[in-house]
Amino acid sequence: MTTTAEPTTTEIGKSRVRKEDARLIAGRSRYTDSITPPGTLHIAVVRTTLARATITSIDKSEAEKSPGVHGVYTAADLGAEAVGMPCAWPVTPDQKAPQRPVLGIGRVSFSGEGVAVVVARSMAEAKDAAELVEVDYDPQDAILDMEAASKDGADLVHPDLGTNVSATWQFDSKAMGTGDSVDDAIKEAESDPDSIVVRRRFRQQRLIPAFMEPRSCVVDPTGEQITIWSATQVPHILRTMTTVTLGIPESKLRVIAPDVGGGFGGKIGVLPEEMLCVLLAQKLGKPVKWTETRSESMLTAHHGRDQIQDLTITAKKDGTITGLDVHLLADMGSYLGLVGPGVPILGAFMFNAIYKIPALKFTCSNVFTNKTLTDAYRGAGRPEATFGIERMMDELAVELGRDPMELREQNWISHEEFPFTTVAGLTYDTGNYEQATARAMELFDYAGLRREQEERKRSGDPVQLGIGISTFTEMCGLAPSRVLGSLDYGAGGWEAASIRMLATGKVEVITGASAHGQGHETAFSQIVADQLGVPFEDVEILHGDTQVSPKGLDTYGSRSLVVGGIAIVNAAEKVVAKAKKIAAHLLEASEDDLEFANGTFTVKGTDKGKAIQEIAFATFMAHDYPEDMEPSLDSDAVFDPENFSYPHGTHLAAMEVDTDTGRVTLRNYVCVDDIGNVINPLIVEGQVHGGLAQGIAQALFEEANYDEQGTLVNATFVDYTIPSAADLPSFTTESMSTAATSNKLGVKGVGEAGTIASTPAIVNGVLDAIRHLGVTEIEMPTTSQRVWRALQVAKGGNPMETPSDTHSPGAGLGSIDPNNPKGEVL
Amino acid sequence: MTQVRVTVDGVNYADEVEPRLLLAQYLRETLGKTGTLIGCDTSNCGACTVHLNGRSVKSCSVLAVQADGGEVTTIEGLARDGQLHPVQEAFRECHGLQCGYCTPGMIMAAVDLLGDNPDPTEHEVREGIEGNLCRCTGYQNIVRSVQSAAKNMKPGAVAQNAPVAGGGN
Ligand code: FES
Ligand code: FES
Repeated sequence: MTTTAEPTTTEIGKSRVRKEDARLIAGRSRYTDSITPPGTLHIAVVRTTLARATITSIDKSEAEKSPGVHGVYTAADLGAEAVGMPCAWPVTPDQKAPQRPVLGIGRVSFSGEGVAVVVARSMAEAKDAAELVEVDYDPQDAILDMEAASKDGADLVHPDLGTNVSATWQFDSKAMGTGDSVDDAIKEAESDPDSIVVRRRFRQQRLIPAFMEPRSCVVDPTGEQITIWSATQVPHILRTMTTVTLGIPESKLRVIAPDVGGGFGGKIGVLPEEMLCVLLAQKLGKPVKWTETRSESMLTAHHGRDQIQDLTITAKKDGTITGLDVHLLADMGSYLGLVGPGVPILGAFMFNAIYKIPALKFTCSNVFTNKTLTDAYRGAGRPEATFGIERMMDELAVELGRDPMELREQNWISHEEFPFTTVAGLTYDTGNYEQATARAMELFDYAGLRREQEERKRSGDPVQLGIGISTFTEMCGLAPSRVLGSLDYGAGGWEAASIRMLATGKVEVITGASAHGQGHETAFSQIVADQLGVPFEDVEILHGDTQVSPKGLDTYGSRSLVVGGIAIVNAAEKVVAKAKKIAAHLLEASEDDLEFANGTFTVKGTDKGKAIQEIAFATFMAHDYPEDMEPSLDSDAVFDPENFSYPHGTHLAAMEVDTDTGRVTLRNYVCVDDIGNVINPLIVEGQVHGGLAQGIAQALFEEANYDEQGTLVNATFVDYTIPSAADLPSFTTESMSTAATSNKLGVKGVGEAGTIASTPAIVNGVLDAIRHLGVTEIEMPTTSQRVWRALQVAKGGNPMETPSDTHSPGAGLGSIDPNNPKGEVL
Repeated sequence: MTQVRVTVDGVNYADEVEPRLLLAQYLRETLGKTGTLIGCDTSNCGACTVHLNGRSVKSCSVLAVQADGGEVTTIEGLARDGQLHPVQEAFRECHGLQCGYCTPGMIMAAVDLLGDNPDPTEHEVREGIEGNLCRCTGYQNIVRSVQSAAKNMKPGAVAQNAPVAGGGN
């Protein structure tokens, strides 16, 4: 037994199978679309197929006569012309933000935008009637190329704004006092024969989050509070934003996120359809429901990434990096999402990654185009930054003729140097890049694969081997509120928790973090079981309903454990402190003589003791308790972190490229991640696997492609190729731990690591396989077609023998190969 | 309206349905079998997979009336006498699910796969469940679940916990 008040650790670190699963594997689920209160009316949104047009007329008459229809409405019919969807992140004081209407008013700005809504008794009737709404348009040429759009004199997405550039945000380490001047570093390097300047342009293609559960919303106006069920990651934010948007008092709104089928950032938004359901439910006095089809989801749910990155890195010829200049163009789409403008900005602090870079400048312009809006997608800004720097490290290694791992090691922060304050002004608390790398190289057989690579090069094997490296870090646990304040974010970054000790000794834990597949119920139960010394099974985690969990900031940015988990620990400590007072009273001992371990308060040196459950019952009875106390053990806590946490890891990919066909095969993937202390290894492993799959998919498979008219051409799962089981291998994943010092549990967060790290590892590997053949760059996704073409160009052959690749920034068929429309590589 | 008579999870139903009603919608909306989920409109995701007359089908690609006279098993009817099916157990033991949205379809597809091939290799599992998409797990633990279930379903096998820690295979 311990002799301190420290809880004994028995649950933390255990591979507990998940509590959540008993229901889900039996089909006992409660996703939003499965909820239909009696009398529910269904809505279907009439959507434009044009990317940019003025609306000349809307004829609702046929639709209104259609069977089962209750009404057909435009924004004007709903009196909602002044309603604008919220953007919570004005990144600059002069950020240009167009009104984002609930339904297009007078014009449409992206293909898929709603122009009218049909309400009917059934979903089928609503959809039938939606087909009958006649909308006439005067189409205009769509503005699709973000680079052209950012230029002076460009045609305007929103003419009243006078520009397509929403905001330009800059970080300069010289001006901030966190480092030297990049402009000086470039000037010096250019004039110094012992230095080198490497300039590259990378493209972060547009991705679709593609959570498996389509978005859905049910609004029931019949109670004293309006109840909104929504397939959302952010029930608390949705409640606040519904108030901001529609003016309904927050206290009259109850938001419930029941089971939610994945989000990955894609369900972080506040939706026009959610607001339409609220407006219609109020107007009609009946429950109103919307569930999107998959195509609707692909067209209108926000997309992710979509940046052009112009990077300049300077270094001494001995490999020491002296500066990094980052210029980004970020495509916002046609409107600003809830946090969309801030997403690329989050990358500003991650471009320097694990390296000691003395000078950093980051300039990002957010640009409007006539496309679906972009916002958070797993990693949000950090995958883009990690891709940029990790690709750049390989390019620098090539230019200097160095081994890319060795060059990284020369520049990274060594483990003795922690805590380390970076050029971006962040203080990395702990890490050990050497250890993660050594272990990953061992598991991977780095030396052996390098030998095989050389052998294949020498023999001219048609299948060449490449080794891709990514030594990444990320900032997790969004976020210290004061940091968010300094970035002009429209909220804080704290998280709330409450613990209720029930009379029978069971424990209810209320968290403001709203899970959608992460396993909160299991991991949080493990934490509470240890803190209070109660059985894991006795802990019930309640979340996702603003009437149960009134306070919270929800789940994104790998924050649930690192912020929400610590709030739970703090609440548990308060419970124990109260219980101790009552225990001392009942045991007629001084508090100082009590010790707490395994759920029991014992009088030191005696066998007198009381279990916390007995204290809970005694407190409920309240027949005998100290005079200076209330009869309650229940406790609340709100935790606001002081720093981010910084997981890191070394990821290695063995890529095979068939030089005859361009076919790319991921042969082997190894990663060793330091995510701090691990609560549940099973859950961690699952998060890493899923993250890897999404990051690899960006490198190899996925891209949202628009044609010249601004139509998303791959708006179904037929054409937008999220990987199937047959497209991926098994990964070798391990974790190591240097405990975070910024929080009590020593945890760092794991939700986004795999996605952030893997994309550059794959692309570096593909290029490493064929660089000696003269290929220096391939845009993502690196499909067979693109690889084959790059090889033809390098050979001086004609890449136009097959249909031309119309991919250019913002337009064209991109990766879609008519001979291989799914872009299959395996 | 057309009449449809089906047995779903052991219960007989007779309903008048619209001819265009999909089996997936019939199960969810008419019968309240909401354990079966819908994830797409192009029959690609497999979230809606059920068994019709013993074989797995995507219930969004079958009309309710086509199931007339047939026997349907959904995820809700897979357990027998309060005992979970070994594939269900394996998904829990091996962490084969996260958000759970693909899970009912994935399990129904896996049960059918193991009916055809009781001892599949990793490659065969990956090919066999190719028609079911999962965005959360990266499939690795799904593959592990299916192979672990196969082991536990072998005649004479004692149900046992699958290994949980460590990576790779
Ligand atoms: S819903 Fe049936 S395959 Fe997607
Ligand atoms: S567990 Fe979420 S889609 Fe498979």
